[in-house]
Amino acid sequence: MSDRAFLSLENLTLSYGSSIAVDKFNLDIRKGELVAFLGPSGCGKTTTMRSIAGLLAPTSGRITLDGTDITRVSANKRNVGLVFQSYALFPHLTVFENVAFGLRLKRMPAADIEARVTAGLKSVGLSAFSGRKPAELSGGQQQRVALARSMVMEPKVLLLDEPLSNLDARLRVEMRAELQRVQKETGVTMIFVTHDQAEALSLADRIVVMREGLIEQIGTPEEIYNNPVSSFVADFVGFENVFALSDGKLATPAGAVALHETLPRNAAGFAWRPAGVALDTGPFKGRVKSVSFTGNLREYLLDTPLGPITAEVSAALPVHELGTELSFDLPLKAAAPLQRFA
Amino acid sequence: MNRTLSFSILTALIVFLIGPFLIIVAASLSAGDTLAFPPQGLSLRWIVKVFTVESFRDSFIMSMILAVGGTFVALLLGVPAAYALSRYKLPFGEAVSTVVTLPIIVPGIIVGLALLRYLVVPFSFSIGVALFLAHTALVLPYTVRVVSSSFNNLRSDMEEAAVLLGATRLGAFFMVVLPNIRAGILAAFILGFVTSFNQVPVSLFLSGPGVRTLPIDMLSYMETTYDPSVAALSALLALMSIGIIFLAERFLGFSRYV
Repeated sequence: MSDRAFLSLENLTLSYGSSIAVDKFNLDIRKGELVAFLGPSGCGKTTTMRSIAGLLAPTSGRITLDGTDITRVSANKRNVGLVFQSYALFPHLTVFENVAFGLRLKRMPAADIEARVTAGLKSVGLSAFSGRKPAELSGGQQQRVALARSMVMEPKVLLLDEPLSNLDARLRVEMRAELQRVQKETGVTMIFVTHDQAEALSLADRIVVMREGLIEQIGTPEEIYNNPVSSFVADFVGFENVFALSDGKLATPAGAVALHETLPRNAAGFAWRPAGVALDTGPFKGRVKSVSFTGNLREYLLDTPLGPITAEVSAALPVHELGTELSFDLPLKAAAPLQRFA
Repeated sequence: MNRTLSFSILTALIVFLIGPFLIIVAASLSAGDTLAFPPQGLSLRWIVKVFTVESFRDSFIMSMILAVGGTFVALLLGVPAAYALSRYKLPFGEAVSTVVTLPIIVPGIIVGLALLRYLVVPFSFSIGVALFLAHTALVLPYTVRVVSSSFNNLRSDMEEAAVLLGATRLGAFFMVVLPNIRAGILAAFILGFVTSFNQVPVSLFLSGPGVRTLPIDMLSYMETTYDPSVAALSALLALMSIGIIFLAERFLGFSRYV
């Protein structure tokens, strides 16, 4: 555990019977940091989060929070907040009583509860709704109640399960701003779980990419986005064209293909974003299989001897019809070298 | 299906279901001395008489104790059982839920005989206690079924949310789970109450001197006395049931649970 770690997970392992959900997870999180656990469903991100909350007991390993070993501390004594994906509000209680729930359990004086709940609801913009029942609120409002309910407890760590995934596009932007504001104002350490790379990239200080119970890569959004270490991460953050490397050549369905540039031999593979593929130039040929217009850009799916290639060019350029043969290039300067393949 | 046919089927159904009840009501309003339909004249004298027959009063109280007490105990057992069955993947969970529902499937006569032969006779259980146990067991399946569906509709993350806010597991159950299945528990209580109150076959085996439920008492009354007071009592009981179900439907949406 480093000196700066506020929350530290050491060799955290969780298994269900014989299947291992999380395998020797090691992570140090600084106070006030906003960390995303990113990965497809079943990668162990939710399991890890639930064990930090104390809802799942780890099979082995240690969780340390603010200098205290909390591995065996029960969930109701950890002071860790969790905003559930379903919000998990109490339907029989008013918004006010939902937010006051934890404070009442603490036997805080009524006047203090009143003040804290009022401030909490005000900060999420729901002062006018304190007398309503959760069912009378929209999904976005319910989520803000759930956020306020956790935040009035002044948790040491706030966990969020897929905080943006149930919201429509406009509410997502609002909630993202809301979470950033809460974090800035309170300095609370936050961990959120998501399967959406855009959500992780836009919100987190640091991203932990997980796969099948293991950490695939830890890095800032820029590092993850620009320098994925493996084909899995590359694929996950939008590198659609991923190739393994063998003997300095790209491994393709048509066999080993040499680029005109010499590829470094220490990489296990190379990956190109659609925007990194150069169209109408270069030594390779492919036939247009589909075209889709995405606003500023136009995306082409090409059928090529190298396998399917996705390329993106400005929508201002003239459209290539389906079936047209195009030349393309995979320039080394646009490629991300991968340390691990598969 | 054409309109006339469906209309006649509907009419036949209503006549079948409601007809006997109307006949009983009419017979109970008779001024004559014997149970007869159509009634001979109109009077309330048999309705009044019901309240003066002492054995009816005693057996009514007995039936109420069994119905209210038995259902209450069945809920005490059934709510935790339903909770465990719906929340946890238990070994033999399927088997347990089947066993719990057995009393619905097994004919009441067999249950009554078994209780008499293997509980009352060898262990000299008092008839009252055996009757109470029998009614509790008969009502238990209904409570487990009805309350289970309430639990299944309630997401478990609400309890986890309560725990993370500082509640114990037990506290979360009482503060968050129970208030949200209140309607289901009330529905189970009403269903259990009615089931127990109308129970005949089991009670038939487990009746003895001074220990009788109302339906059994009515049977034996009819064996000796053939006046319309039994019809009057039946009509009153039916009205009570209708009243309870009406209130339950009105305030709980009872039909959602049964």
